[in-house]
Amino acid sequence: MLQKVADRDDSWQRGAAPLLSFKGVGKVFSNGVTALDNVNLAVREGDFVSLLGPSGCGKSTALRLIARLSTPTSGHLEWRKALGDDCVGYVFQEPTLLPWASVFDNVWLPLRLRGVSRLKATSAVMEMLARVHLENFADAVPRELSGGMKMRVSIARAMVTKPRVLLMDEPFAALDEITRFKLNNDLLELWQQERFTAVFVTHSVFESVFLSSRIVVMAAKPGRVFRDMTVDAPYPRDEAFRTSSTYAELCRRTSDELSAAMDAQVEARP
Amino acid sequence: MTAIDNRSVVLDPEEARRVRQQRLEKIGSWVLPLAIMVLAVWFWDRICVWNDIPKYILPRPGVVVQTLQDDAPLLFSSLLVTLKITFLSLVLAILGGVGLAVLFAQSKWVEMSFFPFAVILQVTPIVAIFPLINIYVDNQTAKLLLCAWIVAFFPILSNTTLGLNSVDRNLRDLFQLNGATRWQELWHLRLPAAMPYFLGGLKIAGGLSLIGAVVAEFVAGTSGQASGLASRIIEAGYRLNAPRLFAALILISLTGIVIFLALSLLSHLILRRWHESALKQEA
Repeated sequence: MLQKVADRDDSWQRGAAPLLSFKGVGKVFSNGVTALDNVNLAVREGDFVSLLGPSGCGKSTALRLIARLSTPTSGHLEWRKALGDDCVGYVFQEPTLLPWASVFDNVWLPLRLRGVSRLKATSAVMEMLARVHLENFADAVPRELSGGMKMRVSIARAMVTKPRVLLMDEPFAALDEITRFKLNNDLLELWQQERFTAVFVTHSVFESVFLSSRIVVMAAKPGRVFRDMTVDAPYPRDEAFRTSSTYAELCRRTSDELSAAMDAQVEARP
Repeated sequence: MTAIDNRSVVLDPEEARRVRQQRLEKIGSWVLPLAIMVLAVWFWDRICVWNDIPKYILPRPGVVVQTLQDDAPLLFSSLLVTLKITFLSLVLAILGGVGLAVLFAQSKWVEMSFFPFAVILQVTPIVAIFPLINIYVDNQTAKLLLCAWIVAFFPILSNTTLGLNSVDRNLRDLFQLNGATRWQELWHLRLPAAMPYFLGGLKIAGGLSLIGAVVAEFVAGTSGQASGLASRIIEAGYRLNAPRLFAALILISLTGIVIFLALSLLSHLILRRWHESALKQEA
């Protein structure tokens, strides 16, 4: 199966130097599970990369490695030089907010931990809340918000430090479809305004096609890169794109690749 | 969540029954215990009358109330002494319990090393330890305080330790990601997360510190000017002064109830905006 990785289209790599690269990265947990096996992957600046795959393919592990919440067993991650330590924002699967703190305080938190006072943080926090359309909810506490609103707070919190890379671990998986569509649109809008690099973990073909400029299809047991696809559709993408034939065709192709990745997993079983 | 506006909404029989049921339960939760209480006091009074029981065995409720009034100066000065021990030991229990819990939270090794000793201190009956304290500690107040503290600090320590350790993993990752120091993580994450647990422990400790104060005084057997309610009870027992014994007992119970209510209110005020336990149940 590893040969298949080689025949992926990597013409995009010939452009700018990648922002970060996985160089033969492997991760084995103490219980013997190989979460990642010899992963080579380069993320360009400004890319919207989706890691798509079945559970157990190591996509979340890859995200944790990028965030430096975990270290690889073999190989290494290479960052472009002159990137500070806090160039990464992280959005978890759950909103993961401080339940006792107001929306404002939750978004302020990353700045607060860097020693920025409430007064000095106010303009940045309020601007970020406006970006996610929550400027009127600064004083609310999380339990007063809906699931979608909580996720917006979570995104605002990740973005308030102006990270170069935004990492998202299935952030909308628990939301209903209508809310998810809305948040997908808002996320793309934010991405186009701020021009950050996005790495988005998902198991939804439709979501990954709608959002990404690139989809990395992963296979499980052991977790590895199965296919690296460029999504050939221009931005901005809106509701019209969601119903276009281009979108349907891209989804079909991605879906086929995902099925192939799942089959590869079945074959790999002893 | 939306309140039902009874004037504009026509309720079907089932909903109407539910609303009626809720209203009845609300009234009942106050009226029923009160009614049982009144009935019990009345029955107590009747038993005394019907059986011609002398007041040094079982005084009538009226006599007890009268004694509460007549002996007020004596009883309330004793209550003050008991309250002083209770609150001082509760404050020390909070400081000791939270302090130790924070220390435990700094390192698994510290917790593993010292927690068993806290358990030993807790499970050994205080009455059995007291003779030792009596030998080693001279100061009367210090004796009582130490005694009440040993009883009261454990629920705070154990609950706060549990709270400090039950922080959402992702939130800890978030703090690590943002380069939080150990102190920042403690202050902005672990302590607030432990608050509901701490308050639960505090409610138990409030009652225990009163029990500890009374028990300590019982075993210490102090008498004279600066003695608390427990000494009054012993004294009244020796003199077959049952009305005063009952009056002192009622004061202790009332103190316990007030402490519990005050701590419940405090807990509600702190948690009402965010914690599940303080939220109104939805219909």
